[in-house]
Amino acid sequence: MKFSGFRVVKEALTGHKGWGALWRNPEPKPDYDIVIIGGGGHGLATAFYLAKTFGKARVAVLEKGWLGSGNIGRNTTIIRSNYLLPGNEPFYEFSMKLWENLEQETNFNSMVSQRGIINLFHTDGQRDAFRRRGNAMMLAGADARLLDQSELRKMAPFLNFDNARFPIKGGLMQSRAGTARHDGVVWGYARGADMRGVDIIQNCEVTGFRIENGAVKGVETSRGYIGAGKVGVAVAGNSSRVMAKAGMRLPMESHVLQAFVSEGLKPTIPGVITFGAGHFYVSQSDKGGLVFGGDIDGYNSYAQRGNLPVVEDVLEGGMALMPMIGRGRLLRSWGGVMDMSMDGSPIIDRTDIEGLYFNGGWCYGGFKAAPASGYAFAHLLATDRPHETASAYRFDRFARGHIIDEKGVGAQPNLH
Amino acid sequence: MLIPHPLLGLRDAQEFTYLGDASLMDRPDPTLDNAETAFCDYVFMRDNPAGVHRELWFHEQGDRSWLVVTRNTITHEILGAELAKDLKLNRKDAQ
Ligand SMILES: Cc1cc2nc3c(=O)[nH]c(=O)nc-3n(C[C@H](O)[C@H](O)[C@H](O)COP(=O)(O)OP(=O)(O)OC[C@H]3O[C@@H](n4cnc5c(N)ncnc54)[C@H](O)[C@@H]3O)c2cc1C
Repeated sequence: MKFSGFRVVKEALTGHKGWGALWRNPEPKPDYDIVIIGGGGHGLATAFYLAKTFGKARVAVLEKGWLGSGNIGRNTTIIRSNYLLPGNEPFYEFSMKLWENLEQETNFNSMVSQRGIINLFHTDGQRDAFRRRGNAMMLAGADARLLDQSELRKMAPFLNFDNARFPIKGGLMQSRAGTARHDGVVWGYARGADMRGVDIIQNCEVTGFRIENGAVKGVETSRGYIGAGKVGVAVAGNSSRVMAKAGMRLPMESHVLQAFVSEGLKPTIPGVITFGAGHFYVSQSDKGGLVFGGDIDGYNSYAQRGNLPVVEDVLEGGMALMPMIGRGRLLRSWGGVMDMSMDGSPIIDRTDIEGLYFNGGWCYGGFKAAPASGYAFAHLLATDRPHETASAYRFDRFARGHIIDEKGVGAQPNLH
Repeated sequence: MLIPHPLLGLRDAQEFTYLGDASLMDRPDPTLDNAETAFCDYVFMRDNPAGVHRELWFHEQGDRSWLVVTRNTITHEILGAELAKDLKLNRKDAQ
C-alpha cells in the first residue's frame, strides 16, 4: 500500500474501504540473522535502515509492550542539531538531514515541521558561548544564527524581556530545527521495515540471553526462545536492566523526565523556545496545545511518572518566561524513563560478547537522534564498523578519558 | 516524596539534593595495582537497579547531613533512611 494524494482521493470516493493495517502481526520465527530488542524509535529505525539501506531481510524487532509505548510516544518532539562538541555535532546534523527527507523515504507523513528553535541568552558570557556553539554548528554543515534582542522581539513579542533576574538579550537560532509527529515516526519506520520483510513482534519481552563461549546465540523471551546471528539492544530507559541479563554494567542511571501539554490555544509560539536558565522549554502543537517541559526529576527512577516539585518548577519557569500562560489551563502531564549516561552522550557500540551490540544512553534527547541512530546502528550491525558520524560513541571512552560532556558537569547524570 | 530523617522526622525530599548510589561512599584504594580500573568503575559504572536502591541524599536545606535512603525506584516508595556517618562509623567499629 502506497500513500499518495491520488490514493486519498480514490479512497474518499470508494468509502475508505481500501486502507489496510500498516504492518503485519507475525508469529516469531525460530531464528533470525539479526534480532533488535526494543520497538521504540531507535529499534524501528535500525530495522528500517537494515532492510532498506543494508539489504538485510531476516530481521526481527522484539517489543515487550506495543509500538510507541516507551519514550518515543512520550517526548516533546523537538528535532535539532545545535550541539557543540565534535563527537556530537556531525552525528546530529546527519540526523537532521535524514529528518529532512524522512517522509519521502518512508512514504509516511511524520509531520516534520522545520519551524526553528531559539535558545535564549541573558548575559554577555552566555552570548559568547552561544556564538561559539553557532560557529561549531556551521563548521559541521548545520545552520545557525545569532539573534539580537530587537530581532527576537519581532519574532516573540510575548517573552518577558525585562525579567529582573534573567533579562532576555537575544538567542541562538537554528531555522532548520523544529518538531515532528512522534507517533508518525514510529508508524512510518514500522511500516517501512515491515514492508521490506522485517518481523515486528509486539508483547514479546526479552527475559535473557543465550551466550555460549562468549558469543550470543539468541534471546529468551516471553514468547519462547528466538535464535539470532546478532542481537542489537535499543531499549532506552531499560538499558541497565536488559544488559544486566548479559552480565554487563553500564555507565548509566535511569531517571524520570516529565512533560506537559496545555489546552488548545490560538497560534502564538512561532517555533521552539528554550529558556535554559529557567529550566523550561516550549513549542506549540498543530492542535494548539503548548507542549513544554523542563528538567528531569533528578533521582533514579523506573516509574514513568514524576513528582509535584518538578511540576511546580517547570510551571514557574514558564510563568517567568511568558507570563501570559498564567491564564491557560494544563491539560495533561506524564513521564518517561531516561537512559541518562555519565557524560550525557550516547553509546552505539559492540560489546565484549560476540554478536551482542548496544545502542543507548540517549538521555532526554534521543527523539531527534532516532534517524541517525537507526542508520548508524544498522551500519554497525551490518558491517561491524561504526558509522563515520558515530565513531565517538564507544563504551571505552570513559576509561580512555574521551568523554563527550556537552554541559561540562562531570559524571553526575542528574545534572546533564 | 517524604524522607524519614533519623533526627528530624519526615522531611520533604525537596530539601535534599541527590547524589546517587550509596556505593559512592566506598572509594577504591588508590594505592592498589588495579586502582585505575577501580576508579573508572567507581566514577562511571552503576548497578542502576529497577526496585530497591540505596542512595545518598544531602540535607542541603536542613541540617546538612548525608543520608543513605532506601527507596524503590519502580514505585518511589521510601523504605528507610540512615545517617551516612553512622553507617561509616559502625563499619569502622566492626573492622
Ligand atoms: C517527557 C520526555 C520528553 C522528551 N523530549 C524530547 C525532545 O523534545 N527531543 C528529543 O530529541 N528527545 C526527547 N526525549 C527523549 C526521547 O524520547 C528518547 O531519548 C528516545 O525516544 C529513546 O529512544 P527510543 O525511542 O528507542 O526509546 P523507547 O521508545 O523507550 O523504546 C525502547 C523500547 O524498548 C522496550 N523494551 C524495554 N525492555 C524490553 C525487553 N526486555 N524486551 C523487549 N522490549 C523491551 C520498551 O518497551 C520500549 O518500547 C524526551 C523524552 C521524554 C520522556
